[in-house]
Amino acid sequence: MEKLTKDDVHPKILEALLADTNISVEDALENEMILNMGPQHPATHGVLRLLLRLDGETLMGCVPELGYLHRGYEKLAENMSYYEFIPHTDRLDYLSPMSNNVAWALAVEKLAGIEAPPRAQYIRMIISELARIASHLVAIGSLAMDVGALTVFLWTLREREKILDVWDILCGARFTNSYTRIGGVANDAQPEALAKVKWFIDQYLPNLDECERLINTNRIFVERLDGIGVISADEAIDIGLTGPSLRGSGVEFDLRRAQPYLFYNEMDFKVVTYPDGDSLARYFVRADETRESIKIIRQALEKMPQGDTLLNQPKKVLPKKAEIYSKMEELIHDFMIVNFGINPEPGEIYHAVESSKGELGFYLVSKGDGKPWKCKIRSPSFVNLQAVPQLVKGHMISDVVAIVGSLDPVMGEADK
Amino acid sequence: MPLSKELIEQKLNEKFSGESFVFTEHRNELTVSLDKKNIAALCKYLKEEDQLAFKLCEDITAIDWAKRKNRFTVVYHIFSIKQNFRLTLKADVDESDCNIDSVSSVWKTANWHERETFDMYGIHFNNHPDLRRMYMPEEFEYHPLRKDFPLMGIPGSLSLPKNKN
Repeated sequence: MEKLTKDDVHPKILEALLADTNISVEDALENEMILNMGPQHPATHGVLRLLLRLDGETLMGCVPELGYLHRGYEKLAENMSYYEFIPHTDRLDYLSPMSNNVAWALAVEKLAGIEAPPRAQYIRMIISELARIASHLVAIGSLAMDVGALTVFLWTLREREKILDVWDILCGARFTNSYTRIGGVANDAQPEALAKVKWFIDQYLPNLDECERLINTNRIFVERLDGIGVISADEAIDIGLTGPSLRGSGVEFDLRRAQPYLFYNEMDFKVVTYPDGDSLARYFVRADETRESIKIIRQALEKMPQGDTLLNQPKKVLPKKAEIYSKMEELIHDFMIVNFGINPEPGEIYHAVESSKGELGFYLVSKGDGKPWKCKIRSPSFVNLQAVPQLVKGHMISDVVAIVGSLDPVMGEADK
Repeated sequence: MPLSKELIEQKLNEKFSGESFVFTEHRNELTVSLDKKNIAALCKYLKEEDQLAFKLCEDITAIDWAKRKNRFTVVYHIFSIKQNFRLTLKADVDESDCNIDSVSSVWKTANWHERETFDMYGIHFNNHPDLRRMYMPEEFEYHPLRKDFPLMGIPGSLSLPKNKN
């Protein structure tokens, strides 16, 4: 963080920073302090830039600046087929690429009017929940690290590592998975992968308890978060918070329950809420949500049927590679889909899933071509970040990292 | 009483009798096309009417139709947590009169969504408290998601930051 002069900040940003006061820019730079935090700052979880107006150590205002990781995915999506965009969804929320894959596949399937076979949907449910656990583990660990407890980060990342091992067996990639396909998943889940999942969920809960014992009774950790960044339920809905950040304000809203997709309507799980609305509540929601995810995975593993993992629908779904090489018909379909796309009938859909950060939605407009006419990504991190200015107001400067950490933004997703 | 197309249709026609609404359904999603003039009042009504209670504004974006007369359509996705119902609102905006009223006084979250839409499509939102670009630098002259903006970008359109020394 460094002190700014007038030339460093765009006048419009300064104007926004001073919008609710009547002090002049010169005055603010002279008598108050305007600090620049980020985009290269370890506690902003990527390239988030915050401009902070301070009176002593108290925050009087804050303006987030986004766009340092803007790669224009919405523009790219308009220029490629629905299949080609799957790898790009990995790079949105790169801490839970699997749930982005699932969200994209579900959105395109809804647009095309097809549905994946039950086994594929169960696999998708398992990987979404594993991705949620992996993402929440990073969120918990890095929040603890932001407020000074380094050990927790190492311990939660050790657990996450085991999930990455599952991805490794499942699809060959540990980080950017691209595992789902339109109409199913890339390959059936191998017995080894499922055995690894089973092993993971059996040993996870004691390990989580262990991590929690490090911080839940740690006075420094609790006092850094308790009562910091409070937002009431009505304000949270008004500002558009979703996911754990909303449930930390006591709103029982979870798309898995409200608008069930996949087979979530058959699963028995609790929507975790905490009433306080502060950073500590948001942390508690995340930790408890991973426990519910374990419950969902356990049920899904039990109920998972045998059968195909890819829909047999030659006009919309790419056939399996082995068949392309051995059968004429499949070769033709492959050629048509790769070259001309799946051409969903004209129309538009919005499909949202509950990803680890909140509501991840895709709005797709088809004109009947192989490429989407319009693709809008409703990314939870982007919307959740909007709450930062009102959350930090009146707190100390050191609380900013705790508040940003408790919202758990991923800039790949916020900047698209 | 659960929300349905009929109920929303009836309520809107009652309240805004002079307006014409077009209701369409695709894949079980209800969309209302309306005139851009009344968008702010209508959104306020949708949010505050007790039976509708569309308190969560999920997303605001626009579509560029390139060659159509009304070139842009602004799209609002709103959700009623109370009724568990999602509604899409659409309002056409023409290029020659490229503005629409802001709804950020209705839903606070609309602020950034509208800034993003302004940044990407150049649609001006009237009465917006802080209409700056969201992602692109302030000096940038174009609106990248318009269909006439090339995929590869425009060489030289992004200036490097000035060197202080």
